[in-house]
Amino acid sequence: MPANNETKKASGTATARRSPPLAWVGWAFLILLALGTIYYIGSKAWVNPTLFLQNFLDGLKLGFVYALIALGYTMVYGIVKLINFAHGDVFMVGAFTSFYAVSRFSLHLWPKAAFPGIDPTLSTLIGTLTVVLLSMGVCVILAVTIERVAYKPLRDAPRIAALITAIGVSFFLEFFGALPFVFSARFIPYKSPFPTTAWFIKDGIHPIVSGTASPDNTISFSNIFLIIAATSILVQVLLQFIVKKTKIGVAMRAASYDKSTARLMGINVDRVISFTFAIGSAFAGLGGVLYAIAYSSIYTQLGILPGLKAFVAAVLGGIGSIPGAFVGALIMGQAESMTMGYISTPMRDAVAFTILIIVLLVKPTGLFGEPAQEKA
Amino acid sequence: MKRFLIIALVLVLAVLTAGAADLKVALLAPLSGPVPSFGLSTKEGALLAIQEWNAKGGVLGMKIVPIVEDSQCTADPAVNAANKVINQDGVHYIIGEVCSGASIPVSEIANPAKVIEISPTSTNPNVTIDKAGKAKDYIFRACYIDPFQGGILAQFSSTRLKAKNAFIMYDQGNDYTVGLANAFEAQFKKLGGKIVGKETYTSKDTDFSAILAKIKDAKPQVVLLPDYYNIVNLVTKQAKEKGIIVPFVGGDGWDSTDLDLEASDGCYYTNHYSKDDPRKEVQNLLKAYAAAYQDDAGNGKVPDALAVLAYDATNLLLTAVKAAGSDNSTKVKVALEKISFNGVSGKITFDKSHNPVKSLTILSIKDGKINFDSVVQP
Repeated sequence: MPANNETKKASGTATARRSPPLAWVGWAFLILLALGTIYYIGSKAWVNPTLFLQNFLDGLKLGFVYALIALGYTMVYGIVKLINFAHGDVFMVGAFTSFYAVSRFSLHLWPKAAFPGIDPTLSTLIGTLTVVLLSMGVCVILAVTIERVAYKPLRDAPRIAALITAIGVSFFLEFFGALPFVFSARFIPYKSPFPTTAWFIKDGIHPIVSGTASPDNTISFSNIFLIIAATSILVQVLLQFIVKKTKIGVAMRAASYDKSTARLMGINVDRVISFTFAIGSAFAGLGGVLYAIAYSSIYTQLGILPGLKAFVAAVLGGIGSIPGAFVGALIMGQAESMTMGYISTPMRDAVAFTILIIVLLVKPTGLFGEPAQEKA
Repeated sequence: MKRFLIIALVLVLAVLTAGAADLKVALLAPLSGPVPSFGLSTKEGALLAIQEWNAKGGVLGMKIVPIVEDSQCTADPAVNAANKVINQDGVHYIIGEVCSGASIPVSEIANPAKVIEISPTSTNPNVTIDKAGKAKDYIFRACYIDPFQGGILAQFSSTRLKAKNAFIMYDQGNDYTVGLANAFEAQFKKLGGKIVGKETYTSKDTDFSAILAKIKDAKPQVVLLPDYYNIVNLVTKQAKEKGIIVPFVGGDGWDSTDLDLEASDGCYYTNHYSKDDPRKEVQNLLKAYAAAYQDDAGNGKVPDALAVLAYDATNLLLTAVKAAGSDNSTKVKVALEKISFNGVSGKITFDKSHNPVKSLTILSIKDGKINFDSVVQP
């Protein structure tokens, strides 16, 4: 028996390591492409560093939002080995929930109504937090329901069945939402719970007064950018803490290594999976609200493109790896922003998905991903 | 047996006369897709006109039956809808589509089938004229065309806004925006202006920061944004956040209740009518529309240009049918070519390209309200 195992292991590693001939052609092309891009952008940045920095900031804004969505993709894949295509639509539902909370029920104004003497900034803060928490809550309920109804019955089926189901759930959410009595098919102008203010940087930071121009050759950013950045980084830190230091985190990691052994160890794998979906969707909902405040036109198919780009980000970073998803998302954001700024706006989706193809061809496990482990 | 035969005969007669007493009119509107507010307004305007005619006894003794299909402002669904209403429902008249990108393929189907198509709002010239420049026999429209609209925008920018440099941004995949951008550019250059930048984007884009950065760099005195209201909302809001105060100008695609008035403060757009126009056609429609349709808060709705043009297009059709004296599309087409009609959007007569000769209204947005600026005669 031991002899058998050893030979099996030896041949396994041998076949896995031999790379195809002429692989160096692919590598050379990619390195040339990378060098060319760096040179092109570098020369443009040298000429106009302000514009480059502005594009960099805009890229960060996109990247941080994608990071929030990519976390959900990567965590779910890590445990259930399912690419949850409906994740982008949970993002959309988060945006819509916050819209209805703000415009229909004026939920962001409740502190002012309940405590009339309250400081207005504090009132806006609490009101906004309430709206955000409500959206996150709705997304959690939605995602856990989807998981129980659509994915759990297929856990032992071939993975393609679950994948197709995920796509089906995605379409269902989009087009059911487009029905007139649900969200309607309109492009709805989003009403933000707090006003957006912008600043420009020139000899210090000055606010941009609405209706006046900011001086030339300055970088501008808005308060929503700061909020997105802070939130994304906080979420990342929080998630690292949960995964590394808490009991449920250990359970998640155990379930992602080997579900049946984890079950043998007394871990309720179903509960862990539901928790993973819940966390991922809560952050997607949060991302949805922030995205809607930043780009204030929402519609039911809002989640498709950001969802797909976040998926590419998760693959780029190594699907299954949480820091990988974060880094991958930042890279995707930068790639999109630099393409828009230095090539042309319509090319940005082409570049985003070309990255996916390149990653899958060159290093399918991604930047931080671990190669598939041998099951002993 | 005898009783059965009598009943059967009565039923057959009823069916025959019911069928013969109906005038079917198809309505192709974008009820879903990128511009659903356009679709809703178009549907409301057309159905109101049909309702008014039916209340007066229909046309030529026939009850008008509308068949509404969702064409989504896009070529493929519009073509499918057109095929269905022509082949399955057997209509002779289509009111639609709203978007030029959908109206052009529909006209290629309707014209050979001798089905009259009146587009309420498609402004691209290729809707009514074929590649050789000749008018398509059965295709008409109720609005002015893009070369006229783009030219007036250029004139307005040059003389009123005193702009010497203009920046153009448009959706490269949309016939409507491409047409308007080209017309504007040609006329603006003819008036001695300079185009300092021309950028494209796609209809799915939400982040315009790169284009806005280029606008800031190029320092134009006016920016042409000839797109639909959903894109306009995104662009103007992001422009305000970046501290760009250059006025944006656009076309009738801006006209929607969903337009973000706060973000587009200080901008102008061309349109087909203004509710402040004192003419009795306008005021009568305002009263009828408010009575027929209410918004979420229960107030009577004000028709936007889409609704007005759909109303005018439907009235044009039904007036022509009455003048022709029969439900025969060839006779109705002849009646349409000779018609002189006082619509809500102005006096409509058709030129030899089946385009109406009518005036244009310019609207401005200030302090959260849309204001009437000026009227330009052809």
